[in-house]
Amino acid sequence: MTAVTGEAPAAGGGVLGRPLDSREDPQLLRGEATYVADIDLPGTAHMAILGSPVAHARILSIETKAAEQLPGVLKVATAADFTDVMPLPCIWIPGGVESHFPPHPYGLPGARPVLTGDTVRHVGDPIVVVVAETPRQAAAALAAIAVEYEPLPVVTRADEALAEGAPQLHEAVPGNLNAYWTCGDKDRTDAAIAAAEVTVELDLVNQRTINSPIEPRGAVGDYDAATGEYTLYASTQGPHNHRFLLSALVLGIPFNKLRVIAPTVGGSFGTKGYLYPDMALVLLLSKALGRPVKWVDTRTGLMNSTVQGRDHRQHVTLAGTRDGRITAVRCTSYANLGAYPSTIGPGVATALMGRSISGMYDIDAAFCEVYAAFTNTVPLGAQRGSGRAEAAFLMERLVDRYAGEIGMDPAAVRRSNLVPKEKFPYDNGLGWTYDSGNYLLNFDRAIELSGYADMPARKAEARTRGKRLGVGLATYVAICGVGPSTRMSQEGMLGGTWESANIRVHPTGEVTVIVGSASTGQSHGTVFAQVAADELGIDPDTVQVLEGDTQKAPYGQGTYGSRSYSMAAPAVALTARKIKNKLIRAGAVFLGVPEDKVVYEGGRVHEEGNEENGKTFAELAMALWYGWGLPAEIEPALDETTHFDPPDFNYPFGTHVAVVEIDELTGETEVVSYTAVDDAGHIGNPKIVLGQIEGSITHGLGQALMEAAVYDEQGLLVSSDLTRYALPRAADVPFFTLDKTVTPSPHNPLGAKGAGEIATVPPAAAVVNAVVDALSDLGVQHIDMPVTPEKVWRRLRGEAQ
Amino acid sequence: MNGRPEQFSAQPNELLVERLRDGLGLTGTKVGCDTGQCGTCVVRLDGRSVKSCLVLTASAAGSEVATIEGETTRGGDLTGLQEALRQEHGTQCGFCTPGMVMALGELVESTAGGEAPTEPEIREWLTGNLCRCTGYHSVVRGVQRACAAARAEAPAGAAGPAESAAVAASGAAAQEV
Ligand code: FES
Ligand code: FES
Repeated sequence: MTAVTGEAPAAGGGVLGRPLDSREDPQLLRGEATYVADIDLPGTAHMAILGSPVAHARILSIETKAAEQLPGVLKVATAADFTDVMPLPCIWIPGGVESHFPPHPYGLPGARPVLTGDTVRHVGDPIVVVVAETPRQAAAALAAIAVEYEPLPVVTRADEALAEGAPQLHEAVPGNLNAYWTCGDKDRTDAAIAAAEVTVELDLVNQRTINSPIEPRGAVGDYDAATGEYTLYASTQGPHNHRFLLSALVLGIPFNKLRVIAPTVGGSFGTKGYLYPDMALVLLLSKALGRPVKWVDTRTGLMNSTVQGRDHRQHVTLAGTRDGRITAVRCTSYANLGAYPSTIGPGVATALMGRSISGMYDIDAAFCEVYAAFTNTVPLGAQRGSGRAEAAFLMERLVDRYAGEIGMDPAAVRRSNLVPKEKFPYDNGLGWTYDSGNYLLNFDRAIELSGYADMPARKAEARTRGKRLGVGLATYVAICGVGPSTRMSQEGMLGGTWESANIRVHPTGEVTVIVGSASTGQSHGTVFAQVAADELGIDPDTVQVLEGDTQKAPYGQGTYGSRSYSMAAPAVALTARKIKNKLIRAGAVFLGVPEDKVVYEGGRVHEEGNEENGKTFAELAMALWYGWGLPAEIEPALDETTHFDPPDFNYPFGTHVAVVEIDELTGETEVVSYTAVDDAGHIGNPKIVLGQIEGSITHGLGQALMEAAVYDEQGLLVSSDLTRYALPRAADVPFFTLDKTVTPSPHNPLGAKGAGEIATVPPAAAVVNAVVDALSDLGVQHIDMPVTPEKVWRRLRGEAQ
Repeated sequence: MNGRPEQFSAQPNELLVERLRDGLGLTGTKVGCDTGQCGTCVVRLDGRSVKSCLVLTASAAGSEVATIEGETTRGGDLTGLQEALRQEHGTQCGFCTPGMVMALGELVESTAGGEAPTEPEIREWLTGNLCRCTGYHSVVRGVQRACAAARAEAPAGAAGPAESAAVAASGAAAQEV
């Protein structure tokens, strides 16, 4: 573990915090980047997967003969071909790491096998794989496979899956209950609610959504018989994690025989950090066939196989005084884990959501309980803002209900309940200790910037145009920077959650930074170069950044939970400091002065008070490369590594204000303005963070207004392509009004907090609050997402939800 | 094909995007969906932007096809539109980007000598292209910038002052606390 002092970032070269152009962009703009579907190794064969067309059934027989005869078909395989392969592990089991060990060392009961042999549990559950010379031949062969099913009853809702007599998914999981998980103080919360002057309650559906990165997933497996080594190219945000899980826990091959490479990845938002059957299958089949095997998903395939998000049904209660003091919050949630425990899905549905429910408010009593259940749907996983968005939604809906109940302005209620600045570090009573914050400053800035005071006038004006204007507020705290390995083990995470960086200074003075992180579009190459250059006082253009290949960076964890800039970048900074220290020690030798008389400044060392007696970064690099004249205690060359494990998470926060207009005639909701003030601590590159904030808000608006994974009673995913699953398009969003406050985190040397996904956390709550505000004179107290024109139209005509 | 003749025979059901990617190795054109919804596969056919996953190769016979590879040479200078998108960081993961560039090229060209498109017009033009990373804001700003630059270069009379995007970006004064 690395000690962190929490000092302010070094002024260094001054390139940190500047909006440098992304160095990755030109290649992307010219279409030159290589994504997994673009990889074309010599001799590649193509894999296709037959997924179940039914949601729940026993497999009676599988007939593959006809498929095997088809032109170009090289191999047809079923579960029977992979009996020595372990199921895909779940590595985040609510309740602590002890629960990983006997009787289920490889994760939860119910873990997904690479192919299903006996019972299918969701539409898309993989049953048979085909490898053929061309993708079309492989796809054609799927159509020639005959599977006989004995249908079983289907359940797609978590609450229904837990009811008496519900269909059972896994023999080893009685009652479909994966976990009953709680946080906070139940007795205290119940007592506060019982004694409260005012209580409000809501039944909420946080609908299931599909992340839909624009690049579907893909994988290429390449086994080298000469060396016994496997290479996996995959659209992954965590090549190191996938290496660990696949080699040690699934395939049982030595760790050092598997190399995982993430090429350019076309977006992920959480979903590409999960272990999927195809990753194991391409490797196994490459070995079996002696050729590279490639698989590329389709959009419909993605929707039926890549983890989905959110999906809670909740009963929530808030208690307070008549004059606006919130005294307690309580949540009972039914979380839908889908058919199998995904890599970390159970943790998303429990800790990431539950421990976050009190948000930016100073509340005396809070309690959350989650029933996480298996159903006949695609497994649940992370989704931009995962867990935290669900928490912000319930809390911010409750605060508005409460404000309505006591007849106070929702902004005034929020403002008077914010955690005061003096209370940090703040224990939220649910398991998180917030590192730092100035919530009032942030909140007031958003209120001012949004023109909140003018809303009554704007409402009246909108009425003259046949529009109902509504304004909605939402605040949030997003736990980021996952995280301290020990703390995560208490949460049930099997695996370290530190992050690594290596810096090599070449004899000519150019620098290579190698990180365990892996970009899915966040311009890591630009930002990590800025961090190293800033520390070392050198030109960022001389700094190369490598990542995404387990052979380049031996270890690392990857990109998730908005951790790259608050986990990997601190590792880079600390490594650069090691380099700098060594340059000072070596400088003392070369300058012929004691170490404490050596100054490192502007990429150069010199004698204190005598700038003439100095050496440049490049001169020192060359000297250390030669290694001539070094004392025994200084090793030649410049090559340092850091594994950064922070003392705790970091907690970005913010305030968003949505203004919507509802068309009285059509029920259509238009977001007419959106103001967001986010606090991600010190930011490395504002241009890049701006892009992430804008994308995140748009993503959050999608959940509020249009996105929903809809399953019918048979468990068929009705919204299984982009004609039936709506994503926000350019005309659906206005420009946003954005600002930031800066509260450094004390938990890393850059003072950074997570940024990438944080702005996805509050928009759904802000928009629904705005819509309810616009309809409040009709007695509307809640409306379920997505807020479609039809739903609003019905409410405008007095129909119940 | 990008100004060069290509001769081959295609199956009747072969899609243009398959020919480009698998047959000709022009992998800059991406496949993001199977329903013609995402726009990652947009190329220009006789100057008009089309979704190449909805075009049969055979029906493109005799047409001029322009793909992202034809915009610049490998590693070469960016076009005006690409440069404007770079300055506004209009790409993140980049998967939607080639399709966006091909679709937007037609818009920017068509306005070089006349009125710059309004923000709603740009958004409307973009509705055929999905982007999950940027939320489109930086792309729209990039188009505004590109159009302004194109008009500035166009013959006198056509150019007006550059529109600045109505966004208080995060460059706004940050408060240290
Ligand atoms: S791949 Fe052509 S529109 Fe999606
Ligand atoms: S940049 Fe990733 S989808 Fe547009």
